[in-house]
This record gives sequence, C-alpha cells and structure tokens, in this order.
Amino acid sequence: MKTSTLQVRTPEGIVFSQLLAGPVPRFLAWFIDTMFISVLTSTLGAFLAMLMAFGGGLAGALYVLGYFIISIGYGIACEWVWRGQTVGKKLFRLRVVDADGLRLQFNQVVTRNLLRFVDSLPLFYFVGGIVCALSPRCQRLGDIAANTVVVRYPRIAEPDLDQLLSGKFNSLRQFPHLAARLRQHVSPMEASIPLRALLRRDEFEPVARVELFAELAAHFQSKVEFPPEATDGIADEQYLRNVVDVIYRGQNG
Amino acid sequence: MIIDLQRFVSAERPCWTELEQTLTKLEADPNHRMPLDQVRHFHLLYERAAADLAKITTFSAEPETRRYLENLVSRAYGEIHETRDRRRRFFPLVWFFQTLPQTFRRHARAFGLSVAITLAGCAFGSLALALDPESKPVLMPFSHLLGDPAKRVAEEEKVTTDQLAGRKSSFSAYLMTHNTQVSVLTLALGMTWGVGTILMLFSNGLMLGAVAMDYVRAGQTRFLLGWLLPHGVIEIPAILIAGQAGLMLAFALIGWAKPIPLRTRLRQIAPDVVTLIFGVGLLLVWAGFIEAFLSQYHEPIIPYEVKIAFGLVELLLLILYLAKSGSARLK
Repeated sequence: MKTSTLQVRTPEGIVFSQLLAGPVPRFLAWFIDTMFISVLTSTLGAFLAMLMAFGGGLAGALYVLGYFIISIGYGIACEWVWRGQTVGKKLFRLRVVDADGLRLQFNQVVTRNLLRFVDSLPLFYFVGGIVCALSPRCQRLGDIAANTVVVRYPRIAEPDLDQLLSGKFNSLRQFPHLAARLRQHVSPMEASIPLRALLRRDEFEPVARVELFAELAAHFQSKVEFPPEATDGIADEQYLRNVVDVIYRGQNG
Repeated sequence: MIIDLQRFVSAERPCWTELEQTLTKLEADPNHRMPLDQVRHFHLLYERAAADLAKITTFSAEPETRRYLENLVSRAYGEIHETRDRRRRFFPLVWFFQTLPQTFRRHARAFGLSVAITLAGCAFGSLALALDPESKPVLMPFSHLLGDPAKRVAEEEKVTTDQLAGRKSSFSAYLMTHNTQVSVLTLALGMTWGVGTILMLFSNGLMLGAVAMDYVRAGQTRFLLGWLLPHGVIEIPAILIAGQAGLMLAFALIGWAKPIPLRTRLRQIAPDVVTLIFGVGLLLVWAGFIEAFLSQYHEPIIPYEVKIAFGLVELLLLILYLAKSGSARLK
C-alpha cells in the first residue's frame, strides 16, 4: 500500500514518522545535482586545459579520470559527509535515511549510488522513476537494494505560543464551568485546527481569512454555547484566540 | 484531556536542547566516543524525549512540536539502536589483504555461477563463429576486429615505432573508466533478479569466445595470447567478480528457502557487495594500465613469450591472492 510517511516503532513502543519524498522533488534535486556536477567538471576541464601546455596526454587522462570520479563519487561523498544529503537534496530539504530509522551506513550510500546505473536507464531515470512511483515507500531500485528511503524534512521550529496567546483579557474564562466543558468536548486534532489557522494567519488572503475564522468560530460556538456577554462584540479571530487559550493553557491561564 | 502546551514546552525544552546538542556533536564526529556516564545520560534524554513525543501525540495534535520531537527522537533512535558494526577507521592494507579476498571466498558459489555463465557464452560464441563465419559482425561488433586476423597481425608486427606515444595515459584512463562502468552496470543489473547480470556475462563471454575462435582459426593463437593475457587475466576476472556481486544481489532478491525478509537479506549482503565492487575497481585500474602500456605492443617491440609469461604470472598471483590471502586470519 502506498504511504506518504515512514513510520518507525521503537522498542520503547514510541512511533515516530517521517515524510517520504515523492518522485518530483527527488527529480528536481537530481537536476540541481547534475548542474552542480557539470560546473565541477567544467572547472576541472578549464584547469586541465592550462596543463595541456605541459603534457596533453596526462591532462587528458586526468580529465577522463576526474570526470568519472566526480560523476560517480559526488553522490557518495556528499551523502556520506552530509549524512544523506547532496546540494540538490539540501535545497529541497530532502535526506536519505535508513529505512528502519537507523544510522546510514557507508555501504548503503555506495550501494544506492552505484545502482543509479540501472535506475537511470534508458534516460532521465525512467526506470528509477517508475519503480519509485510504484513502490509503497517511494524507493527506486538503489534504495530497495540499500534499504534506504528519501524523506522530506520541513523546517522545524517550536511554535511561538507567546505571540499567539498574548495575555489579553479572555472573556471565556469568566465562565470556568463552560471553559472546562469546552476542553472536555474538543479532541486534540480539532484543537490543532484553530491553533494552526492562527499561527498561519498572515499567509491567508484577507477575505479568505475572515471566512475561515468565521467558519471555525461557528464550529466551536456549536460545541459549547457561551452566554452573549462572553461573545458579544468580539471578532471571530479573537474568539478563536480565546478558545485556543482556554484549550491549550487549561485552568492556569 | 489536552495538555497545557506552553507549560509543557517550557518544562521540557532544556532536555530537548541538551539532547539536540549531544546529537549534533555525535553527527559531526562519528568517531566521538562517550564515557559510560554520558552514554547513560544520553539514553535518559532519549527516553524522556520519546515519552514527551508519546504524550504530545496522545494529548495534543499540535503539529510543530510533534514534528520537532519526532525529528529529535528519530535521530537519537538511529544513534542508540544501531547495532551494526561501525568501523571507526579504514585500514587499506587490512582491507586489501584480508577483507576483500575473504569476502570473495565467502560468496564462491556466486563466482562459480558467474564463471559458468561466461564460459557458456564463450562456448556459444566460438561455436557460432566456427559454424557460421559470416556471423562475425553480429558476434563481435567492433570495427577493428572485423578484418582478417592474419592481416592485422602482419600490420601490427610491421610497426616499430610507439603508435600510442603521448596518448597512453588518456587511453589507459579511458579503459579504466569504461571497464568500471561496465562492471558497475553488471552489478547493478542484479536488481533485475539477475536477468540483466546473466545477459551481460553471457554477452561478454560470447564476444570473447568469438574473438578467440577467430584468431585461433587464422593460426594466430600466439598473438592472441600475447595480446590478451597481460591485461585479460585481470580484466576478465574483474568482470566476473562484478557478475558475482550482481548475482549476490539477485540471490538476496529471490531468497531461495531463506525464511528471512527481503530487507534483512539485502542488508546482510550489502557490505560484501560494496567490498567486491571496490575490489573490481582496483583490478580494473591495474588492467587499464597494463592494456595501454603493455598489451598494445607486439613483436618485435616486445616478444610474445615475455607478454604471455607476464600474463601467466599475474594470473597465478591473482589466484593465490583470491584463494589464500587472509585465510590464516580467518582461521
């Protein structure tokens, strides 16, 4: 079954997941890497052209060997030194990891890079792309042989709850029994929706934001009905801030 | 119940930060070894972060903190639960004289099969050429081999100057890289359940058999041995070892009568496959060097007997190396 996450269950019974990268970002990362390899080999060629004056045969041999070593060794060296990343993968926030969540080993890095020879057949990673699209964990043949997967790791930051819950007067707290009922009736998943919406408020178009907050406010109003003196005169957005404050700060707010 | 996220984050943050700092140090220096008390503390921090992750997943769906903790726990999990041998230093001589030949011998069955497939190709190629000489362009599609062997030998033996002067290095580099590419492809095609590897080995054998038969029929066996032996006794075994590695991949994929999962089977053979392919690369560097600097020179520049003797000595040393090197250590 196709899945978008790699789930690992530790012996302690904790499950953690990582987002799997699909064929498109991987192809784009590969394109960047190919460009980078071209730049490296062109630089080598330009440098060796200067050596031609001293000995054409040796310079030619160095270019042939240099091209070969760069094109094969680039992926191996980068992924080993940068723990599963190349320049392209860094740009697209991708990383090669062990499929069981363990440390990436050198032999895994070498295997997945050498098997590019068959993944890239006949052109532009056609075989690898097809296998990746069909594989449940988006693995190309090299990944299957090396037991690796490529994961996406979005920028991770702790949520800035201080700016969200700014310590303003919260009218809902005037009714502690209703606030307690609200905390009881709202599931963790449901509670995360207004929190996410408020954290991302500046990313929305103004009209869409007003509509979204109105819809969310109506949803939470239907969960627990607060008296008019707690809700009258406050905008939907403020109402949601109050709801989030009640849910996430509990009785200690 | 939904946890008081802000209080939870502020209470646990020092532990997470400490765990993150330890992980960054470990990741930056794989050779870093912690004393026992630090290892215990590291494990404690990991367990605490894992428990926090379990708590936040159950009692709050706040995704940013969960992802942050998942990332932290996954990194720590990889460090703590990794039980595979992590070689801290690479010793080239130990690798060359022990690891590589021992690995080769451990998978002798795959090498035997690789040899058998190539010999089958050789037999087919030589037989096909003997029965149907007109099939030469199909059996060996190389323009410089399509002519009459006797004429080629006569032309080569007329040459008394160095025709590769100034080009030997680049020719040698070309041979090394081209043969390594072919070998890696032979290995990689093992992922087609061995079909691709078998085809590569068979076609190599077929061309070799056809070329050999062509020269033998023309009465040029001495030239053939003098031309092929110096580099061929290294180059051909190198391709056979690449085939061996490809067949190992294929065996692991098929997993005959092995009650272990595919991932475990592949994980078991991956280090050996990598060892063999690095060995192949090394052999091909030597073969490329010999082919450019020795094999292309014929009588009267270098007597055939010298070249044949050189090839035989190389072959003997290679057999001794692969069969015996590192065996005392293994016992």
